[in-house]
Amino acid sequence: MSEANGPKKRKMSLEKRHNLTGWAFLAPATIMIAIMSFWPMIQALILSFQTGKANNLEFGGLTNYIRMFKDKVFMTSLGNTFLYLIIQVPIMLVLALMLAQMLNNKDLRGKGIFRTAIFLPCATSLVSYAIIFRSLFGVDGFINSVLINLGILDKGYNFLGNAFSAKVVIIIALVWRWTGYNMVFYLAGLQNIEYSVYEAAKIDGASPMQTFFKITVPLLKPTIVMTAIMSTNGTLQLFDESVNLTKGGPGQTTLTMSHYIYDTVFKFVPTFGYASAMSFLIFIIVAILAFIQMKVGDKRD
Amino acid sequence: MTKTKRFRVLMYIVLTIVSLISVFPLYWMLMASTNKSVDVSRGRMLPGTNFIENWKALFAQQNVKLAMFNSFKFAVILTLCALVICSLAGYGFEIYHDKHKDFVFSILLLGMMVPFVATMIPLFRMFTAVNLQNTTLGFILPTISTPFLIMMFRQNARAFPIDIIEAARIDGLNEVQIFFRMFVPTMKSTYAAAMTITFMNAWNNYLWPKVIMQGEDSLTMPMLVANLTEGYVTDYGVLMLAVLLCSLPTVIIFFLLQKSFAEGITGAVK
Repeated sequence: MSEANGPKKRKMSLEKRHNLTGWAFLAPATIMIAIMSFWPMIQALILSFQTGKANNLEFGGLTNYIRMFKDKVFMTSLGNTFLYLIIQVPIMLVLALMLAQMLNNKDLRGKGIFRTAIFLPCATSLVSYAIIFRSLFGVDGFINSVLINLGILDKGYNFLGNAFSAKVVIIIALVWRWTGYNMVFYLAGLQNIEYSVYEAAKIDGASPMQTFFKITVPLLKPTIVMTAIMSTNGTLQLFDESVNLTKGGPGQTTLTMSHYIYDTVFKFVPTFGYASAMSFLIFIIVAILAFIQMKVGDKRD
Repeated sequence: MTKTKRFRVLMYIVLTIVSLISVFPLYWMLMASTNKSVDVSRGRMLPGTNFIENWKALFAQQNVKLAMFNSFKFAVILTLCALVICSLAGYGFEIYHDKHKDFVFSILLLGMMVPFVATMIPLFRMFTAVNLQNTTLGFILPTISTPFLIMMFRQNARAFPIDIIEAARIDGLNEVQIFFRMFVPTMKSTYAAAMTITFMNAWNNYLWPKVIMQGEDSLTMPMLVANLTEGYVTDYGVLMLAVLLCSLPTVIIFFLLQKSFAEGITGAVK
C-alpha cells in the first residue's frame, strides 16, 4: 500500500512545486506591473475627482470632467489628436502592408537593402526625428531652399507657422518614422504564411491586387489588429513630436492631448486633479477603440 | 507575362523611392553635421569641412559627456533588468501555464492599454514622495516590466520543446537551472529582439525623464538635443551633430542585431 502510494504522493508534491515555481517566475514582473501601471491608474481615477492647486486637493466630484469639455484648449488638442489618428494611422498601416507584401516576394532582389532602408527611421529617437523635420521644414530649412532654387517660391514659406501645413508636416513626419516599424511586424506575420499559397494564387491568375486583398489581408488580420491597437495607442499619446517639432503651435493648432496635460502639471501651476481627469479620458478612448478594433478583428468572414 | 513584368518594374521603382525617402532625412542630418549653418540653410547636401568646429561648439555649449554617460547608464541597467524579469515571467506563463496563470496573463495584457500620460502624474507624486527624482531607480522603475515584452517572451517560449525540460529534470537540474542553462541559450534571437526594443525605448525616452529627471546632473541625450532648440537662433550644424550623436547608439545596435531582431519578432506574431 505504502509503496504504491509513495511515488504518487511524491508526484503530487512535485506538481505542486512546479506550480509554485511557475508563480515565482512570473511574480516579479506581475507585481511590478501592478505597482507601476495598475495602481497609478486607480490613483489617477481618484485624483480626477479632486480639485485644487498643487497638493491642496479636495473632493470635487465631476468638476474636472465638466471643466474639460468647456476648456477650448483641451478640445482643440482632442481634435488635433483625433485628426492625426484618423489620417495618419490608416495611411501608415496600408503603406506598411503594401511594402511588406512587396518585400515578401521571393524573386525580389536587394530585399535586405530595401528592408533596412525602410526600417532605419525607427532607429532614430523621437526627439531627434522631430528636430530633423523641424529643421527640414524651417523657413530657412532644406525644403524651402529647394523650392526657392527650383523657382517655385520667391522666399521661404513658414510651413510650421501655418496651422494647416504644420499639421501636414507632423503627419508626414509620423508616417516617415513609423511605417517601417509596422512593416516589420507584417513581414514577420507573412513568414508564417506558406509561400505556396501565393504561388498557387499566381498560377490561378490572381492579380497582385487580388492577392493582397484576398490572401494577405485576411491571413494577417491578427497582426493588423495588433498594429492598429499599438498605433492608436501611440497616436493618442503623441507628445515628443508636438513638443519638439511644432511646440504645439502656431497657437495651439498642433497641440496634442499629452502635451497639454504635461503643460497643466509641469509648466503652469500644477492642477493634478484636472490633468488626471484629462489623462483618464485618454485611457477611456484607448480602451473603447481597442475594444472596437478587437471586435472587428474577431469577426469571421 | 508583360503585365507581371510591368508590375515588377513598378515594384522596384516604388521600393526605391520609399527607401530614398526613408534614408534622405538621415543623410541630410549627417551632411548638415559637417557643414556651417549658413550652408545648411542654402541647401548644401555634400560633406563639408566644419565638423570639428561644430563638435567644439556643441561640447562648449552642452555637457555632452554627461548626457551620453547618463543615457548609457540608464538604458543598459534598464535593459538588463527588463530582460531578466520579463523573460522569467514569459517563461513562467508558458511553461507552467494553468487556468489561474492564464487569467493573470490576460489581466496583464490589459496593461498594454494603459496610456503612460495617465499613470505619469500618480507616478510622479509617488516617486517624489520617496525621493526617487534624479535617481537611476526613478528612471528605470516604471518601464522594467512591460506586458509587451512578457508577451513576446511567452509567444517565443511556445517553440521551446517541453521534452528538453523533462529530460533536464531527469538529469537532476532544478527549475531555475533549466531556465538559465537550457532556455536562455536557445532563445538568443528573442533576447536580441527584446534587447533592441528595450534599449531603443530606454535611450529615446523623453517624457518620463522630462518629468522625473529635472536636475542638471540627470541630463540625457534626448533632453540635450531638445535643449538646443530653446534659443532663438538655431545653428543647424551644431544641432544636427547633437542629433547624430543621439541617434548613433540606437542605429548601431539596430544594425548589429537586425537579423536576430527580425527572427524574434517573427516568433512573437506566430
